[in-house]
Amino acid sequence: MIEQHLPILQIIVPLIAAPLCVLLRHAKLVTGFAILACWVTFGLAVLLLDQVVTTGVVTYELGGWAAPWGIEYRVDALSAFVLLFVSGIGAIVMSYAPRSMASEIAEHRRYLFCATYLLCLTGLLGIAITGDLFNLFVFLEISALSSYTLIALGGKRQALPAAFQYLVMGTIGATFILIGIGLMYMMTGTLNMADMASRLELADGVRTTLVAFGFLSVGISLKMALFPLHLWLPNAYAFAPSVVTAFLAATATKVSVYILLRFVFSVFGIGFAFETMPLDAILMPLALIGIFVASTVAIFQSDIKRMLAYSSVAQIGYMVLGISFASITGLTGGIVHMFNHALMKGGLFLAMGCIVLRLGSVEIDDMRGIGRRMPFTMAAWVVGGLGLIGVPVTVGFISKWYLIQAALERNWWPVAVLVLMSSLLALVYVWRVVEVAYFKEPSERASAASEAPLSMLIPTWVLIGATLFFGLSTSASAGVARRAAGLLLGGSP
Amino acid sequence: MNTVLGLYNYWIVIFLMMTGFYIVISRENLIKKVIGLNIFQTSVFLMYITIGKVRGGTAPIVSEEFTLYTNPLPSVLILTAIVVGVATTAVALALVVRIYEAYETIQEYEIQEQDPLP
Repeated sequence: MIEQHLPILQIIVPLIAAPLCVLLRHAKLVTGFAILACWVTFGLAVLLLDQVVTTGVVTYELGGWAAPWGIEYRVDALSAFVLLFVSGIGAIVMSYAPRSMASEIAEHRRYLFCATYLLCLTGLLGIAITGDLFNLFVFLEISALSSYTLIALGGKRQALPAAFQYLVMGTIGATFILIGIGLMYMMTGTLNMADMASRLELADGVRTTLVAFGFLSVGISLKMALFPLHLWLPNAYAFAPSVVTAFLAATATKVSVYILLRFVFSVFGIGFAFETMPLDAILMPLALIGIFVASTVAIFQSDIKRMLAYSSVAQIGYMVLGISFASITGLTGGIVHMFNHALMKGGLFLAMGCIVLRLGSVEIDDMRGIGRRMPFTMAAWVVGGLGLIGVPVTVGFISKWYLIQAALERNWWPVAVLVLMSSLLALVYVWRVVEVAYFKEPSERASAASEAPLSMLIPTWVLIGATLFFGLSTSASAGVARRAAGLLLGGSP
Repeated sequence: MNTVLGLYNYWIVIFLMMTGFYIVISRENLIKKVIGLNIFQTSVFLMYITIGKVRGGTAPIVSEEFTLYTNPLPSVLILTAIVVGVATTAVALALVVRIYEAYETIQEYEIQEQDPLP
């Protein structure tokens, strides 16, 4: 009985838990409740992935209305994979939140934080699960509106203009997506993705479809912070509370990459997107320029949270690069990097949260000598940093391995060389922090600091440990990613 | 009726869309930006309604007298989109209030002067 309703439970649990948080109000009670809700959501995602692996695509008709008329939830290997890591990170970050919130968010706002966090999680999961385009837009806005609110909770006043800037850009992006969906509806008379894919007549290149494709590409690129549409991201991530940064950096942009995958491969089809329309020829240079520009900017940041935010922009470049190869290896690399980057950045930002708690600062000067005072936190940071560089044994290596292989398959060796060179830039910005943290005399703040509490260290190390685990045993993550890539390239979902 | 004038609804949509977009880009006042964003979103609502309209069609009521009726789905979708738009405006205005409390101005360049965001 329950197996049948897994797809809807996946959304309903966090969605109902959010208003319950507001009703409960009591800060401690709400936090415990939110943690429970997040872990239940994660458990459901595990069951759902299991179901998808054994029985194939799982569909669910909302309210019993059959597919093209009613809203359909459709879980294939890619959706299940995204659901799994988004809910997993949601649960781990929420377990980390109580201690971190205590120092960063006022007590009377904590229950609101939990409610908004759960809403954001609902939106992100909804995007991944739905098979209906308008439903996707609604979930996109649920997650976006709640993330603006979460960012505005940041301690410094700069968080407010940063959130406003994100709101303006995010709304423009979402409205572009809405225009695209409207034009697509105009051409096909349906909102169901699979139905639309079969009705879309692409051969004669009707102008409405071309315009829809343009609006969707720009809108989604804005949402996933593809260079040069990334301007909202560094400020938003730098000034948000640590918990929020860790959660959004690990999930929000990845889900936007998922939307791109869905539109390009499941709705329009690869022939239209990459042959009729030169999307790959646009995405690849933007991805490569993005990797280099953002990594270089990251090197010159003194605020380490902002440095990691710029590094996120660069990492989005790797994912998009993988997609633009349009081959099974490239796509596997792109999809697996979504997962890998979620683990690495989630872990790194959680480590930054520990540093904020003990040091009260994220400036590189204040981090002098911190390696000796907070050995476990900094060790986690270093492992995460090695992942960003792409050192073997970490997950970053797996992603880069697939990307370079995909480039060589196509005989585009300059791209392979550029990917390798970009790792050197990552080495520079990671090394800056390592050098300061381990080889400098402790700063005033650092000598007063002590190791972060276990309630924060454990979630941090769970994510960082996962980057090592999936770096060694690639069959789980890369296997599912390859399966998803095969599904995307094999035609409609 | 597929002449330039026959499609006047779409011209209005494009005009409103560009007006809203221009306001968002060019205005320094945060409230004006929010207004621009609203105009931009409203143009999309109009576009959806236009898509659903059938010339000479009535409201979708089951009756033997009427055979031609307007597609109700876009209107329903837009009800949802309007709610989303209202929510966005509410969050935006709440942020503007908080920004005013923190900076005592809602001009973008004056905020920049107080707190240069790199």
